[in-house]
Amino acid sequence: MKAISARRLWALCLKESYQIVRDPSSILVAFVMPVLLLFVMGYAVNLDAAAVRVGLVVLDGGTAAQRFAQTLAASGAFEVHRGTSVGAFEDELAQGRLRGVVVIGNDFGLRLRRGDGGSAVQVLADGAEPNTANFVAAYVQGVWERFNATLAQDAGKAPVQPIAVELRSWFNPSTVSRNYLVPGSIAIVMTIIGALLTSLVVAREWERGTMEALLATPVTRAELLLSKILPYYALGLAAMLLCLLVSVAIMGVPFRGSVALLTAMTTLFLGCALGLGLFLSSVFRNQFNAAQAALIAAFLPSLMLSGVIYEISSMPRILQWITRFIPARYFASSLQTLFQAGDIGAVLGPDAFFLALLTLFWIGLTALKTKRTLD
Amino acid sequence: MLKRLLRLVVKELQALLGQRQGRIMLIMPVILQTLLFPFAATLDVRDSTLLIVDQDGGAASRELTLRLARTASFTQVIAVHGEAEMRSAIDNQRALLAVRFGPDFSRRIARGESAPLQIVIDGRRSNAGQIAASYAQEVIAGYLAERGGPAADPGPRLRNEFNPNLDFKWHILPSLVGIITTIGCLMVTALSVSREREEGTFEQLLVSPLTPAYIMAGKAIPGILVAMVQGTLIAAIAHGGYGVPYTGSVPLLFVGMFCYGLALAGVGLFISSISSTQQQAFLGVFAFMVPATIVSGFVAPIENMPALLQGVARVDALAYFIPIVKGLFLKSYGWADVWPRLWPMLAIATFTLTVALRMFRRHIA
Repeated sequence: MKAISARRLWALCLKESYQIVRDPSSILVAFVMPVLLLFVMGYAVNLDAAAVRVGLVVLDGGTAAQRFAQTLAASGAFEVHRGTSVGAFEDELAQGRLRGVVVIGNDFGLRLRRGDGGSAVQVLADGAEPNTANFVAAYVQGVWERFNATLAQDAGKAPVQPIAVELRSWFNPSTVSRNYLVPGSIAIVMTIIGALLTSLVVAREWERGTMEALLATPVTRAELLLSKILPYYALGLAAMLLCLLVSVAIMGVPFRGSVALLTAMTTLFLGCALGLGLFLSSVFRNQFNAAQAALIAAFLPSLMLSGVIYEISSMPRILQWITRFIPARYFASSLQTLFQAGDIGAVLGPDAFFLALLTLFWIGLTALKTKRTLD
Repeated sequence: MLKRLLRLVVKELQALLGQRQGRIMLIMPVILQTLLFPFAATLDVRDSTLLIVDQDGGAASRELTLRLARTASFTQVIAVHGEAEMRSAIDNQRALLAVRFGPDFSRRIARGESAPLQIVIDGRRSNAGQIAASYAQEVIAGYLAERGGPAADPGPRLRNEFNPNLDFKWHILPSLVGIITTIGCLMVTALSVSREREEGTFEQLLVSPLTPAYIMAGKAIPGILVAMVQGTLIAAIAHGGYGVPYTGSVPLLFVGMFCYGLALAGVGLFISSISSTQQQAFLGVFAFMVPATIVSGFVAPIENMPALLQGVARVDALAYFIPIVKGLFLKSYGWADVWPRLWPMLAIATFTLTVALRMFRRHIA
C-alpha cells in the first residue's frame, strides 16, 4: 500500500475543512481573535510609562523649592497631586491610587545652596509594581538633572556636561514599544491558533468514537496526520496575513522585510505549533486535558519565555535552555527582525534552522504516537 | 435539596478527579508554573553583550570600557572598528547595545571639554535596550563622580515602599495566584456543561429533580473549589518557598479567592451556555481570558492604557483581584483596604451569574 494516496488525502482534508468551516468557533479563533488580541496587546501593553500619578509634598516655602516643584509638574512624565502631609499620601500609595510620592524637605533651599539639595528630596515609590517604581525613580532623577542645568544656566555658568551621551535606537528611533511588542504578540497569537485548535482535533475523534471508524478505513498514518495539518496550516496562513494587514495598515507598525520570507518563517513555525498541538491531542485523547495541556505547553510559555516581554539573556541558565524548545522564541525573533529591520540572514537563518528542527521533532513524535491500533 | 446539590458537586468532582490524568492536569501545571515563571519574569538586563567602537583608544575610553565590562549586565564585550562593523553587529543581533567613543574623546575629557559619546541600542528589543542604556549611563555617572567633576550631588534619595529591593518575584507570585486560578476555574466551569452536552448526559441531568439554578450551582462550586485550592497552593509556595512576605490577613485571602471564583464561575457558565461543543467552550474561555489577563494591569499599568481599555479594565474582575492579593502579601491590607476592591468583584459576580442563569434557563426550556 502506498504511504500517501492523493485521493484519500484530498477527501480527508475536505472533511476536516468542512468541520472547520461549519464550526463558527474556529472561524472566530482564526479571524476575530487575532485582531482582538493584537489590539489588546498593542494598545494595553504600553511599557513607555506616560503620566505616572505621583503625590507631591512641599515642606519648604522658599522659591527654589517652588521652582523644583514646577519643573516636576511641567515635565510631562507625572500627573502631580499636591498635598500637605506625607501621611495622607502613604495610604493612597498603599491603595495603588498613586505610584510614588515626592517630598521636598523643609531644608531644601538651605541644602541646595550648600550643594547637596538632592538629599532634601525624598522619593517614595510603590515597590509592589517594580517596573513603575523604576520609572518613577528614573524620571525624578531626570527632572533633578534638568533643574540643576537651569540653575547653572541662571547663574551664568555654561552647563558643561563632561560626557555628552547621545542615545540612539536603531530601527525604532522614537522607541515606541508597540513597534516591537506587536510583532512579538503576533507570535503569541499564532501559537494560540496553531496549538490550541489542533490540540482538540485528534482528542475529539477519540472522544466521539469516530477515530475507530477512521482506523477501520485504509487510511495510512501519514495521510491521517497530513489531513489534520494541512487545513489548519491554511487557516494559520490566512490568520498571519490578517495579522500583517492589521499591524501595518491599522496599527502603523513598519514592515521592512519581504513577504516571501515571512511566509517561509510562518510555514516553519506553524509546523511546530500544529505538531505540538497534534502531539498533545494524541497523547491525551481527551479534549479537556488536551486543551489544558496546550494552554500550559504552548500559550503560557509563548507569553513568558519567548523573549517578547522578558529578556531571555537575563533568565537563569536552565530557563534559557528551556526556551530553546519553545517555537515562539524563534518566531518572535524572526518577526521582530522582519518587521523592524528587514531580511537579515544572520538572524533569520538560525531561527529557521531551529524551527525546522522543532517541526521535525514534534511531528515525528506525533507520528510515533499515532499507531493504527485501538488502544 | 441541599443534599441533592451536594451529590451533584461530588459527582462533578469525581468526574474531574476520578482519573489520574485529570488530577495531574489540575496540580502539575500549577507547580510547574510557580517553579518556572518567577525566574523568567524579570525586567532586569543581565549577561548581555556589549559592543565597543573605540575610535579614540585613549585612557578615558579604555577606563570606561573596563568599567562597563565589569557590570553584571554586560558579561561579553566585542570590540569593532568603525561604523560599518557596528551596524552589521547590531543588525545581526550580536549585541544589545553599542557604545561609541569619538576620535578625540579622551583628549576632550582631559581638557575639561564636553566629550561626545554615542550609545546605540537595538530597537527590536528597545525595552531591554533602554534598560541596558540606563545601566551604562550609571557607570558613566559613577566614573565622572570619581573624577571629581563639578556636580557631586547624588540627587534625590529613593525609597521603595512594600518591596525595598524591587524584587520582581514579589510582584510576579501574587499575580500568578490570580492568573492561574483564572485558568483553573474557567476551564472547569466552562467545559463541564459542554462536555455533558457532547456526551449526551446533560439531558439526564435535566430530567433529575434539580432545578436549573441548582444544576448551575452544582457546576459552579467545583470550579470555585479548584480555584481556591490552586490559589492556596501558589500562595503557600510563594510564601514558604520563595519567601515573599505575607503581611495581611489570611482569612481575607480566602474571602477574596471565593469572590473572584464566583465572578469567574459566572463567566465560565455563560460561555458554557452559549457553546454546544467543548471546542467552542474552550475557545470562548480563551477569547475571554487573554484580554482579561492583559488589561488586568499585570503586564503593564492600567493608567497607561487608552481610555477604552481602561473602561474594559474596570469590569475585569482580575484587575481587582491581583491588587487584593498583592496588597495582602505586601501592603498589610485589612478589611477596610480590601473592601473597595471586593465589592466591584461581587457586583461583577452578581451580574455574570444572573446572566448565566438566564442563558441556562433559556437553553433548557
